[in-house]
Amino acid sequence: MFESLTDKLTNAMRHLRGTAKLSEENMAEALKEVRAALLSADVHFKVARAFIERVKEKCVGQDVLKTVTPGQQIIKIINDELTALLGEGSTELSKKKPLKIMMVGLQGGGKTTTSAKLAKALKKDGYKPHLVACDVYRPAAIDQLETVARQIDVPCFAKRGTPDVPAIGEEGLRVATASGDDLIIFDTAGRLQIDEQLIDEIKELKRRVNPDEVLLVVDGAIGQEAVNVAKTFNEAVQLTGIVMTKLDGDARGGAALSMKEITEVPIKFAGTGEKLDDFDVFHPDRMASRILGMGDVVSLVEKAQESIDEKDAANMAERMMAGDFNFEDMLKQFSQIKKLGSMSSIMGMLPGMGKMAGNMGMDDKAEKQMKRSEAIILSMTKVERQKPQLLNSSRRTRIARGSGTKLAEVNQLIKQHMQMKKMMKKMQGGGKKMGNMKKMMKQMKASGMDPNQMGGMGGGAGMPNLDNLKF
Amino acid sequence: MLSIFKKFKDGLAKSAKSIAEKTGGIFGRKKLDASTIEELEEALFASDFGYETTEEIVEETQKAYKKDKDLRGKDVAAIGSSVLKRVLEGSEGRIQFVEGSPTVICLIGVNGSGKTTTTAKLGYQYKQDGRNPMVAACDTFRAAAIEQLKEWSSRLGLDIIAGQHGADSAAVAFDAYQAAKARGHDTLIIDTAGRLHTKSNLMDELAKIRRVLQKHDEAAPHYSLLVVDGSLGSNSIEQARVFNEKFGLDGLVVTKLDGTSRGGALVGIYRELKLPIFFLGFGEKPEDLQEYRVDNYVDAIFGADEEE
Repeated sequence: MFESLTDKLTNAMRHLRGTAKLSEENMAEALKEVRAALLSADVHFKVARAFIERVKEKCVGQDVLKTVTPGQQIIKIINDELTALLGEGSTELSKKKPLKIMMVGLQGGGKTTTSAKLAKALKKDGYKPHLVACDVYRPAAIDQLETVARQIDVPCFAKRGTPDVPAIGEEGLRVATASGDDLIIFDTAGRLQIDEQLIDEIKELKRRVNPDEVLLVVDGAIGQEAVNVAKTFNEAVQLTGIVMTKLDGDARGGAALSMKEITEVPIKFAGTGEKLDDFDVFHPDRMASRILGMGDVVSLVEKAQESIDEKDAANMAERMMAGDFNFEDMLKQFSQIKKLGSMSSIMGMLPGMGKMAGNMGMDDKAEKQMKRSEAIILSMTKVERQKPQLLNSSRRTRIARGSGTKLAEVNQLIKQHMQMKKMMKKMQGGGKKMGNMKKMMKQMKASGMDPNQMGGMGGGAGMPNLDNLKF
Repeated sequence: MLSIFKKFKDGLAKSAKSIAEKTGGIFGRKKLDASTIEELEEALFASDFGYETTEEIVEETQKAYKKDKDLRGKDVAAIGSSVLKRVLEGSEGRIQFVEGSPTVICLIGVNGSGKTTTTAKLGYQYKQDGRNPMVAACDTFRAAAIEQLKEWSSRLGLDIIAGQHGADSAAVAFDAYQAAKARGHDTLIIDTAGRLHTKSNLMDELAKIRRVLQKHDEAAPHYSLLVVDGSLGSNSIEQARVFNEKFGLDGLVVTKLDGTSRGGALVGIYRELKLPIFFLGFGEKPEDLQEYRVDNYVDAIFGADEEE
């Protein structure tokens, strides 16, 4: 597993303890580490260099803080700088109605899927979308757009048998406006930025349909090539935004920084999965920590805050401390965890954990396990749930049959519950911990990306719920 | 031979911006200076060779420069290609066909890497070579993926087995093998759905495809090749690592090398995982697929001429 950048920097700057000010000399080693981290995250060479220069300027002359290690101090500066850079410009789309959006990009970046995702998202905002199929080259590309259009229940204009893309676009626009639709998305064919003929084609399409937004769709794992791609497309059709796709993988996404820096076009959206709902506005802070390989602790904390009902949590904590933790409580705990999202997405937000989650098959196995446990509890009567001691062997057999599980699994869960209860009793004395989960999260959030807190964020401090999943 | 090389080079240099030209200043220069090294470093990084290989070439160049202040640009190109050839030693993968039953080649990879197009191209190439290939459309997930391969196979006159959208892809693979064997095909190329390596449930689906194929032939699939988009960066190493750990890979196909990208990620992948490279893809036409050769690749990158 990668050594995190935080660790590396802490090491590189160890000798700085006791020094008064950061200087070019005493930071040299640390900055080399930062450069290596940026380059291995696929940030463009020149962009990385310019960025390091900027960070150096910010750092030199700063007092070495007493409260954090110099390594953490630099991380904070870098992270802030990166977030600021990535976040420049608005992620909002034009508010015009009708709104015309043209999607462009290389082959296989995800234009067609993104077209559908965007239509679906904006449909929720009250738009009436209409997709226009402008990919006449890839076999069955039109079929693909028509299929996804059907899935989201949106009309799709297609014209087969003609390669005249600008004319198709124009006619599609006419048909869409005539039927009263006010969001027209043009899905174009994937093309290389150096293919002049095809670049001319989208230039002409752009001239004829005059889109309000031109979005470049880019695979989140793209390498150094990103710079050429973004630059050429921007020169040809004046991009208004970038969409990074496949961010549910574990690419560090350094290309985001390169493209932003070179073109000054804002990154507006992020594709985060195979389902047509897996679409999100772009969060520069998350991307920054991703590029630096620090996970996404802030998002996790936010998510936890959003989804855990404060009252429920307080109640449960109280009951736990009274040693009165029954199956009903366990069930509630499950539902809270579920509200946080899939295990894999939670794990992905923890520094260094994303990869582990994938490798261990943690994502859906833990989820499956949870589902089975839930089924077992749901097959208990209310009284049984509240008084687990009632569960004799004939009741257990019934529960196993009712939940479609094995008797051994039921026994396992009951044992698990006993252990949890025991553990909680033990914690009674010193254990305000659990009850204060909410408060801990608040503190973490208030401190923002404070690396002080992040260092301690091994595998879920402040997230006691996660531990219970290791059934 | 020359024509293959030419095509290869044309493919890689379509943009007329091979490293050689980018650093043309360096390689053409009579004498080097300190800033040249930085130019070289930039060109190497821009090719996605990865941190280690780039540093290795830069360090060797620096060492040579220290010894010989009259180092010429041509020498730098020689150093670069010798390091690269050393790193890529043993990286040529070749398909060894089995006798008597179909040789099964299974193409896997993340979404949008070019699996379907590669399936069609490979089928076409084998047909040209006088073999009798069949393709199987096992991407039952992506909208219209089946139609895409069907369209290709009707254009190229390839025999195809396809399931329904949403069907069990392993079942399609099972049927395809049976059909290939019954109809006397000697090669079966299986196109699978794109999946990110981080999704373990989708990785399990791949394992199932293998399991059912092995009911027919224990050695199948004889080749599991990961299709990697050549314009991707360091993450492709991660993709290869995980696919290899979870499914087991025999090698790689690197696609989309007709752009300005050099497909340098294959260097990083081979360096880390020692997975051989079988084919390179240079475009959307059926003939745009070539057997990978170390010498051709390195020479195209460092701009050595075939005459030399």
